[in-house]
Amino acid sequence: MAMRDTILGLLAKEPAHGYELRTRLMRALGPAGGALNPGQVYVTLSRLERAGLVRGAEIEQTAHPDKKVYALTARGQERVEDWLADVTWSKVAPVEFHLKLVAAAAAHLADPVALVDSQRLELLRQLRELQDVALGEPAGSDAALLVEGAALRLQADIQWLELCERQWIEREST
Amino acid sequence: MNEVMVARGLVRRYPADGAPVHAVDGVDMAVEAGETVSVMGPSGCGKSTLLHLLGGLDHPDQGELYVAGRRVDKLSETQWAVLRRRSIGFVFQAFHLVDELTAVENVELPALLLGAPSRDARRKAMELLERLDVNERANHLPDQLSGGERQRVAVARALVNDPLVVLADEPTGNLDSRATGEILALFAGLREDRQTLLVVTHDARVAATADRLLSMRDGAIVAQTRLDARGNSLGALARLVDLGGDR
Repeated sequence: MAMRDTILGLLAKEPAHGYELRTRLMRALGPAGGALNPGQVYVTLSRLERAGLVRGAEIEQTAHPDKKVYALTARGQERVEDWLADVTWSKVAPVEFHLKLVAAAAAHLADPVALVDSQRLELLRQLRELQDVALGEPAGSDAALLVEGAALRLQADIQWLELCERQWIEREST
Repeated sequence: MNEVMVARGLVRRYPADGAPVHAVDGVDMAVEAGETVSVMGPSGCGKSTLLHLLGGLDHPDQGELYVAGRRVDKLSETQWAVLRRRSIGFVFQAFHLVDELTAVENVELPALLLGAPSRDARRKAMELLERLDVNERANHLPDQLSGGERQRVAVARALVNDPLVVLADEPTGNLDSRATGEILALFAGLREDRQTLLVVTHDARVAATADRLLSMRDGAIVAQTRLDARGNSLGALARLVDLGGDR
Protein backbone atom coordinates (compact mmCIF):
# COMPACT_ATOMS: atom_id res chain seq x y z
CA MET A 1 0.00 0.00 0.00
CA ALA A 2 1.19 3.50 -0.77
CA MET A 3 1.43 4.79 2.79
CA ARG A 4 2.85 8.17 1.76
CA ASP A 5 0.00 8.88 -0.65
CA THR A 6 -2.54 7.72 1.90
CA ILE A 7 -1.19 10.04 4.59
CA LEU A 8 -1.10 12.96 2.15
CA GLY A 9 -4.68 12.16 1.11
CA LEU A 10 -5.85 12.14 4.73
CA LEU A 11 -4.21 15.54 5.29
CA ALA A 12 -6.18 17.02 2.38
CA LYS A 13 -9.20 17.40 4.69
CA GLU A 14 -7.40 19.59 7.24
CA PRO A 15 -4.05 19.82 9.05
CA ALA A 16 -3.72 17.12 11.68
CA HIS A 17 -1.28 15.55 14.09
CA GLY A 18 -0.03 12.01 13.80
CA TYR A 19 -2.41 10.51 16.31
CA GLU A 20 -5.49 11.89 14.52
CA LEU A 21 -4.27 10.53 11.20
CA ARG A 22 -3.65 7.14 12.70
CA THR A 23 -7.16 7.06 14.21
CA ARG A 24 -8.78 7.94 10.89
CA LEU A 25 -6.70 5.32 9.10
CA MET A 26 -7.62 2.63 11.63
CA ARG A 27 -11.31 3.45 11.30
CA ALA A 28 -11.17 3.06 7.50
CA LEU A 29 -9.32 -0.25 7.78
CA GLY A 30 -11.29 -1.76 10.65
CA PRO A 31 -9.97 -5.20 11.61
CA ALA A 32 -7.43 -4.99 8.77
CA GLY A 33 -5.74 -2.15 10.67
CA GLY A 34 -4.29 -4.69 13.08
CA ALA A 35 -1.50 -5.21 10.58
CA LEU A 36 -0.51 -1.53 10.84
CA ASN A 37 2.77 -0.91 12.60
CA PRO A 38 2.11 1.67 15.36
CA GLY A 39 5.05 3.87 14.40
CA GLN A 40 4.42 3.79 10.69
CA VAL A 41 2.33 6.95 10.47
CA TYR A 42 4.97 8.98 12.34
CA VAL A 43 7.86 7.62 10.28
CA THR A 44 5.98 8.40 7.07
CA LEU A 45 5.19 11.92 8.25
CA SER A 46 8.84 12.72 8.91
CA ARG A 47 9.82 11.36 5.49
CA LEU A 48 7.13 13.49 3.86
CA GLU A 49 8.40 16.52 5.74
CA ARG A 50 11.97 15.92 4.55
CA ALA A 51 10.64 15.58 0.99
CA GLY A 52 8.89 18.96 1.31
CA LEU A 53 5.39 17.53 0.84
CA VAL A 54 4.14 18.43 4.33
CA ARG A 55 5.11 21.11 6.81
CA GLY A 56 5.06 20.44 10.54
CA ALA A 57 4.42 23.07 13.20
CA GLU A 58 4.96 22.47 16.92
CA ILE A 59 1.95 23.44 19.01
CA GLU A 60 2.81 24.31 22.60
CA GLN A 61 0.76 22.48 25.20
CA THR A 62 0.93 23.00 28.92
CA ALA A 63 -0.57 19.75 30.23
CA HIS A 64 1.02 17.46 27.60
CA PRO A 65 4.24 17.43 25.62
CA ASP A 66 4.14 19.67 22.57
CA LYS A 67 2.51 18.12 19.55
CA LYS A 68 3.31 18.58 15.93
CA VAL A 69 0.54 19.46 13.50
CA TYR A 70 1.17 18.70 9.85
CA ALA A 71 -0.26 20.48 6.81
CA LEU A 72 0.12 19.84 3.09
CA THR A 73 2.53 22.06 1.17
CA ALA A 74 1.65 23.18 -2.37
CA ARG A 75 3.70 20.26 -3.72
CA GLY A 76 1.95 17.90 -1.34
CA GLN A 77 -1.39 19.15 -2.62
CA GLU A 78 -0.28 18.48 -6.20
CA ARG A 79 0.80 14.97 -5.32
CA VAL A 80 -2.63 14.25 -3.77
CA GLU A 81 -4.24 15.34 -7.04
CA ASP A 82 -1.91 13.05 -9.00
CA TRP A 83 -2.75 10.20 -6.64
CA LEU A 84 -6.49 10.65 -7.15
CA ALA A 85 -6.05 10.72 -10.93
CA ASP A 86 -3.77 7.65 -10.97
CA VAL A 87 -5.66 4.59 -12.25
CA THR A 88 -2.95 2.00 -11.53
CA TRP A 89 -4.53 -1.14 -10.06
CA SER A 90 -2.81 -3.60 -7.77
CA LYS A 91 -1.91 -7.11 -8.92
CA VAL A 92 -4.48 -8.43 -11.37
CA ALA A 93 -2.96 -11.62 -12.80
CA PRO A 94 -2.01 -14.53 -10.50
CA VAL A 95 1.30 -14.75 -12.34
CA GLU A 96 3.32 -16.39 -9.61
CA PHE A 97 1.04 -19.40 -9.16
CA HIS A 98 0.67 -19.76 -12.93
CA LEU A 99 4.43 -19.95 -13.37
CA LYS A 100 4.68 -22.38 -10.46
CA LEU A 101 2.28 -24.76 -12.24
CA VAL A 102 4.15 -24.50 -15.53
CA ALA A 103 7.52 -25.07 -13.86
CA ALA A 104 6.30 -27.98 -11.72
CA ALA A 105 4.75 -29.72 -14.72
CA ALA A 106 7.78 -29.25 -16.96
CA ALA A 107 10.19 -30.64 -14.37
CA HIS A 108 7.77 -33.38 -13.19
CA LEU A 109 8.34 -31.95 -9.71
CA ALA A 110 4.71 -32.17 -8.68
CA ASP A 111 1.31 -32.95 -10.11
CA PRO A 112 -0.18 -29.61 -11.23
CA VAL A 113 -3.68 -30.80 -10.38
CA ALA A 114 -2.60 -31.60 -6.82
CA LEU A 115 -0.97 -28.15 -6.56
CA VAL A 116 -4.22 -26.54 -7.71
CA ASP A 117 -6.19 -28.62 -5.19
CA SER A 118 -4.09 -27.64 -2.20
CA GLN A 119 -3.99 -24.00 -3.29
CA ARG A 120 -7.77 -23.94 -3.63
CA LEU A 121 -8.25 -25.41 -0.16
CA GLU A 122 -5.94 -22.75 1.27
CA LEU A 123 -7.92 -19.98 -0.46
CA LEU A 124 -11.18 -21.46 0.81
CA ARG A 125 -9.80 -21.38 4.35
CA GLN A 126 -8.79 -17.75 3.87
CA LEU A 127 -12.24 -16.99 2.48
CA ARG A 128 -13.76 -18.57 5.57
CA GLU A 129 -11.60 -16.36 7.82
CA LEU A 130 -12.61 -13.25 5.90
CA GLN A 131 -16.29 -14.19 6.06
CA ASP A 132 -16.03 -14.65 9.81
CA VAL A 133 -14.39 -11.22 10.06
CA ALA A 134 -17.09 -9.71 7.82
CA LEU A 135 -19.84 -11.05 10.10
CA GLY A 136 -18.28 -9.16 13.00
CA GLU A 137 -18.24 -5.84 11.16
CA PRO A 138 -21.22 -3.47 11.35
CA ALA A 139 -23.02 -3.52 7.98
CA GLY A 140 -22.35 -0.41 5.93
CA SER A 141 -19.06 0.52 7.61
CA ASP A 142 -16.03 1.50 5.50
CA ALA A 143 -14.14 -1.50 6.84
CA ALA A 144 -16.95 -3.95 5.93
CA LEU A 145 -16.70 -2.76 2.33
CA LEU A 146 -12.97 -3.45 2.34
CA VAL A 147 -13.42 -6.97 3.69
CA GLU A 148 -16.14 -7.62 1.09
CA GLY A 149 -13.75 -6.54 -1.65
CA ALA A 150 -11.13 -8.97 -0.40
CA ALA A 151 -13.68 -11.81 -0.24
CA LEU A 152 -14.85 -11.18 -3.81
CA ARG A 153 -11.28 -11.22 -5.09
CA LEU A 154 -10.59 -14.50 -3.31
CA GLN A 155 -13.74 -15.93 -4.84
CA ALA A 156 -12.54 -14.91 -8.31
CA ASP A 157 -9.14 -16.50 -7.65
CA ILE A 158 -10.88 -19.73 -6.60
CA GLN A 159 -12.89 -19.71 -9.85
CA TRP A 160 -9.67 -19.25 -11.79
CA LEU A 161 -8.13 -22.23 -9.98
CA GLU A 162 -11.11 -24.28 -11.15
CA LEU A 163 -10.25 -23.32 -14.73
CA CYS A 164 -6.62 -24.31 -14.09
CA GLU A 165 -7.76 -27.65 -12.74
CA ARG A 166 -9.92 -28.38 -15.77
CA GLN A 167 -7.17 -27.49 -18.20
CA TRP A 168 -4.48 -29.54 -16.47
CA ILE A 169 -6.78 -32.55 -16.10
CA GLU A 170 -7.45 -32.41 -19.84
CA ARG A 171 -3.74 -32.20 -20.59
CA GLU A 172 -2.87 -35.10 -18.33
CA SER A 173 -5.49 -37.29 -19.99
CA THR A 174 -4.19 -36.66 -23.51
CA MET B 1 -19.34 -40.06 17.47
CA ASN B 2 -22.95 -39.50 16.54
CA GLU B 3 -23.39 -39.97 12.80
CA VAL B 4 -26.65 -38.69 11.36
CA MET B 5 -25.99 -39.91 7.83
CA VAL B 6 -23.62 -42.55 6.54
CA ALA B 7 -23.12 -43.61 2.93
CA ARG B 8 -21.03 -46.62 1.94
CA GLY B 9 -20.06 -47.33 -1.65
CA LEU B 10 -22.97 -45.39 -3.12
CA VAL B 11 -23.28 -45.80 -6.90
CA ARG B 12 -25.83 -44.25 -9.22
CA ARG B 13 -25.65 -44.99 -12.95
CA TYR B 14 -27.68 -43.43 -15.72
CA PRO B 15 -28.15 -45.07 -19.07
CA ALA B 16 -26.40 -43.28 -21.92
CA ASP B 17 -25.31 -43.95 -25.47
CA GLY B 18 -22.71 -46.67 -25.15
CA ALA B 19 -21.55 -47.22 -21.56
CA PRO B 20 -23.77 -46.01 -18.67
CA VAL B 21 -22.64 -42.81 -16.96
CA HIS B 22 -21.63 -43.16 -13.32
CA ALA B 23 -23.09 -39.97 -11.85
CA VAL B 24 -22.11 -41.13 -8.35
CA ASP B 25 -19.32 -43.66 -8.38
CA GLY B 26 -18.54 -45.24 -5.03
CA VAL B 27 -19.07 -42.49 -2.44
CA ASP B 28 -18.22 -43.15 1.20
CA MET B 29 -19.09 -40.35 3.57
CA ALA B 30 -20.64 -39.50 6.90
CA VAL B 31 -22.29 -36.43 8.39
CA GLU B 32 -22.03 -36.06 12.15
CA ALA B 33 -24.68 -34.50 14.35
CA GLY B 34 -24.12 -30.77 14.71
CA GLU B 35 -21.67 -30.33 11.85
CA THR B 36 -22.06 -28.42 8.62
CA VAL B 37 -20.60 -30.01 5.49
CA SER B 38 -20.29 -28.53 2.03
CA VAL B 39 -19.87 -30.52 -1.16
CA MET B 40 -18.15 -28.66 -3.95
CA GLY B 41 -17.19 -29.61 -7.47
CA PRO B 42 -17.54 -28.63 -11.12
CA SER B 43 -20.95 -28.96 -12.76
CA GLY B 44 -21.60 -32.55 -13.75
CA CYS B 45 -19.40 -33.97 -10.97
CA GLY B 46 -22.40 -35.72 -9.40
CA LYS B 47 -22.88 -33.50 -6.36
CA SER B 48 -26.59 -32.88 -6.92
CA THR B 49 -27.20 -36.57 -7.61
CA LEU B 50 -25.42 -37.36 -4.34
CA LEU B 51 -27.71 -34.98 -2.45
CA HIS B 52 -30.76 -36.58 -4.07
CA LEU B 53 -29.53 -40.04 -3.02
CA LEU B 54 -28.92 -38.87 0.56
CA GLY B 55 -32.43 -37.43 0.73
CA GLY B 56 -34.16 -40.39 -0.92
CA LEU B 57 -35.28 -38.31 -3.91
CA ASP B 58 -33.34 -40.75 -6.07
CA HIS B 59 -32.11 -44.24 -5.22
CA PRO B 60 -28.69 -45.85 -5.52
CA ASP B 61 -27.90 -48.78 -7.80
CA GLN B 62 -25.36 -50.02 -5.26
CA GLY B 63 -24.22 -49.18 -1.78
CA GLU B 64 -25.69 -48.61 1.64
CA LEU B 65 -27.25 -45.57 3.24
CA TYR B 66 -27.99 -45.07 6.92
CA VAL B 67 -29.98 -42.29 8.61
CA ALA B 68 -29.53 -42.15 12.39
CA GLY B 69 -28.18 -45.69 12.34
CA ARG B 70 -31.12 -47.12 10.40
CA ARG B 71 -30.51 -48.62 6.98
CA VAL B 72 -32.70 -46.76 4.48
CA ASP B 73 -31.48 -47.57 0.97
CA LYS B 74 -34.13 -50.29 0.55
CA LEU B 75 -37.08 -48.24 1.84
CA SER B 76 -40.26 -47.94 -0.24
CA GLU B 77 -41.33 -44.54 -1.59
CA THR B 78 -43.96 -44.30 1.15
CA GLN B 79 -41.45 -45.07 3.90
CA TRP B 80 -39.06 -42.50 2.40
CA ALA B 81 -41.83 -39.89 2.34
CA VAL B 82 -42.39 -40.38 6.07
CA LEU B 83 -38.66 -40.33 6.84
CA ARG B 84 -38.15 -37.14 4.84
CA ARG B 85 -41.05 -35.38 6.53
CA ARG B 86 -39.83 -36.28 10.02
CA SER B 87 -36.08 -36.15 9.69
CA ILE B 88 -34.83 -34.29 6.62
CA GLY B 89 -35.27 -30.65 5.64
CA PHE B 90 -34.70 -29.61 2.02
CA VAL B 91 -33.62 -26.30 0.55
CA PHE B 92 -33.58 -26.01 -3.24
CA GLN B 93 -32.11 -23.56 -5.71
CA ALA B 94 -35.57 -22.63 -7.04
CA PHE B 95 -37.08 -22.30 -3.50
CA HIS B 96 -40.06 -24.62 -4.27
CA LEU B 97 -42.47 -22.58 -2.17
CA VAL B 98 -46.21 -23.05 -2.73
CA ASP B 99 -47.24 -19.92 -4.65
CA GLU B 100 -50.80 -19.83 -3.27
CA LEU B 101 -49.71 -19.92 0.38
CA THR B 102 -48.27 -17.05 2.42
CA ALA B 103 -44.77 -17.26 3.88
CA VAL B 104 -45.96 -18.47 7.28
CA GLU B 105 -48.37 -20.97 5.69
CA ASN B 106 -45.51 -22.39 3.64
CA VAL B 107 -43.38 -22.78 6.77
CA GLU B 108 -46.08 -24.45 8.88
CA LEU B 109 -47.21 -26.84 6.14
CA PRO B 110 -44.72 -29.66 6.85
CA ALA B 111 -45.62 -29.49 10.57
CA LEU B 112 -49.35 -29.75 9.78
CA LEU B 113 -48.67 -32.68 7.45
CA LEU B 114 -46.93 -34.40 10.35
CA GLY B 115 -50.05 -33.89 12.49
CA ALA B 116 -49.03 -30.94 14.64
CA PRO B 117 -51.96 -28.93 16.10
CA SER B 118 -52.44 -25.85 13.94
CA ARG B 119 -51.76 -23.46 16.83
CA ASP B 120 -48.42 -25.13 17.61
CA ALA B 121 -47.47 -25.24 13.93
CA ARG B 122 -48.20 -21.53 13.54
CA ARG B 123 -46.23 -20.61 16.66
CA LYS B 124 -43.24 -22.64 15.53
CA ALA B 125 -43.41 -21.15 12.02
CA MET B 126 -43.49 -17.61 13.41
CA GLU B 127 -40.57 -18.33 15.72
CA LEU B 128 -38.48 -19.55 12.80
CA LEU B 129 -39.42 -16.59 10.58
CA GLU B 130 -38.37 -14.31 13.40
CA ARG B 131 -35.09 -16.15 13.92
CA LEU B 132 -34.35 -15.84 10.20
CA ASP B 133 -35.36 -12.16 10.28
CA VAL B 134 -38.18 -12.43 7.76
CA ASN B 135 -41.15 -12.35 10.20
CA GLU B 136 -42.35 -9.01 8.88
CA ARG B 137 -43.07 -10.74 5.59
CA ALA B 138 -45.01 -13.62 7.20
CA ASN B 139 -48.32 -12.79 5.50
CA HIS B 140 -46.91 -12.14 2.04
CA LEU B 141 -47.19 -14.53 -0.89
CA PRO B 142 -43.91 -15.81 -2.36
CA ASP B 143 -44.16 -13.58 -5.45
CA GLN B 144 -44.24 -10.53 -3.14
CA LEU B 145 -40.89 -11.53 -1.61
CA SER B 146 -37.35 -10.88 -2.82
CA GLY B 147 -35.20 -13.87 -3.76
CA GLY B 148 -33.28 -13.69 -0.49
CA GLU B 149 -36.53 -13.55 1.51
CA ARG B 150 -37.96 -16.52 -0.38
CA GLN B 151 -34.88 -18.57 0.37
CA ARG B 152 -35.02 -17.60 4.06
CA VAL B 153 -38.67 -18.73 4.15
CA ALA B 154 -37.59 -21.98 2.47
CA VAL B 155 -34.90 -22.50 5.13
CA ALA B 156 -37.49 -21.85 7.87
CA ARG B 157 -39.74 -24.47 6.26
CA ALA B 158 -36.83 -26.92 6.17
CA LEU B 159 -36.32 -26.41 9.91
CA VAL B 160 -39.94 -26.53 11.11
CA ASN B 161 -40.00 -30.23 12.04
CA ASP B 162 -36.60 -30.06 13.80
CA PRO B 163 -34.98 -32.31 11.21
CA LEU B 164 -31.93 -34.45 11.94
CA VAL B 165 -30.29 -32.89 8.90
CA VAL B 166 -30.97 -30.15 6.36
CA LEU B 167 -29.92 -30.85 2.76
CA ALA B 168 -29.43 -27.74 0.61
CA ASP B 169 -28.92 -27.94 -3.16
CA GLU B 170 -27.30 -24.83 -4.69
CA PRO B 171 -29.20 -22.56 -2.26
CA THR B 172 -27.77 -19.36 -3.77
CA GLY B 173 -27.96 -20.46 -7.40
CA ASN B 174 -30.86 -18.10 -8.14
CA LEU B 175 -29.74 -15.22 -5.91
CA ASP B 176 -27.89 -12.00 -6.59
CA SER B 177 -24.81 -11.03 -4.65
CA ARG B 178 -26.66 -9.16 -1.91
CA ALA B 179 -29.16 -11.96 -1.28
CA THR B 180 -26.29 -14.45 -1.31
CA GLY B 181 -24.74 -12.39 1.48
CA GLU B 182 -27.95 -12.81 3.53
CA ILE B 183 -27.83 -16.59 3.04
CA LEU B 184 -24.13 -16.71 3.99
CA ALA B 185 -24.91 -15.00 7.29
CA LEU B 186 -27.87 -17.34 7.81
CA PHE B 187 -25.75 -20.46 7.23
CA ALA B 188 -23.06 -19.13 9.56
CA GLY B 189 -25.82 -18.74 12.17
CA LEU B 190 -27.01 -22.32 11.62
CA ARG B 191 -23.41 -23.46 12.06
CA GLU B 192 -23.19 -21.58 15.37
CA ASP B 193 -26.47 -23.22 16.44
CA ARG B 194 -24.99 -26.65 15.60
CA GLN B 195 -27.73 -27.41 13.08
CA THR B 196 -26.63 -30.44 11.04
CA LEU B 197 -26.45 -29.26 7.45
CA LEU B 198 -25.13 -30.56 4.15
CA VAL B 199 -24.95 -28.05 1.33
CA VAL B 200 -24.09 -28.78 -2.28
CA THR B 201 -22.76 -25.72 -4.07
CA HIS B 202 -20.41 -24.42 -6.72
CA ASP B 203 -20.22 -21.05 -4.90
CA ALA B 204 -16.98 -20.82 -2.94
CA ARG B 205 -18.49 -18.33 -0.49
CA VAL B 206 -21.27 -20.76 0.45
CA ALA B 207 -18.85 -23.69 0.66
CA ALA B 208 -16.61 -21.68 2.98
CA THR B 209 -19.34 -21.35 5.62
CA ALA B 210 -19.12 -25.07 6.51
CA ASP B 211 -17.07 -26.89 9.15
CA ARG B 212 -15.91 -29.42 6.58
CA LEU B 213 -15.56 -29.43 2.81
CA LEU B 214 -15.85 -32.44 0.49
CA SER B 215 -14.47 -31.98 -3.04
CA MET B 216 -16.16 -34.04 -5.74
CA ARG B 217 -14.94 -34.92 -9.20
CA ASP B 218 -16.29 -37.48 -11.68
CA GLY B 219 -18.77 -38.90 -9.17
CA ALA B 220 -16.24 -39.47 -6.41
CA ILE B 221 -15.10 -37.56 -3.34
CA VAL B 222 -11.47 -36.75 -4.06
CA ALA B 223 -10.58 -34.67 -1.01
CA GLN B 224 -11.97 -33.55 2.29
CA THR B 225 -10.72 -30.85 4.56
CA ARG B 226 -11.70 -28.95 7.67
CA LEU B 227 -12.44 -25.27 7.28
CA ASP B 228 -12.90 -24.41 10.96
CA ALA B 229 -11.63 -21.01 11.86
CA ARG B 230 -7.97 -21.00 12.77
CA GLY B 231 -8.68 -18.92 15.83
CA ASN B 232 -6.75 -15.87 14.75
CA SER B 233 -8.05 -14.02 11.73
CA LEU B 234 -5.10 -11.67 11.46
CA GLY B 235 -3.49 -14.06 8.99
CA ALA B 236 -6.03 -13.40 6.27
CA LEU B 237 -6.14 -9.71 7.14
CA ALA B 238 -2.41 -9.22 6.97
CA ARG B 239 -2.56 -10.58 3.44
CA LEU B 240 -5.52 -8.37 2.72
CA VAL B 241 -3.67 -5.20 3.57
CA ASP B 242 -0.06 -4.86 2.65
CA LEU B 243 0.62 -1.94 4.94
CA GLY B 244 4.34 -2.46 5.09
CA GLY B 245 5.05 -1.45 1.52
CA ASP B 246 5.94 2.19 1.15
CA ARG B 247 6.86 3.72 -2.16
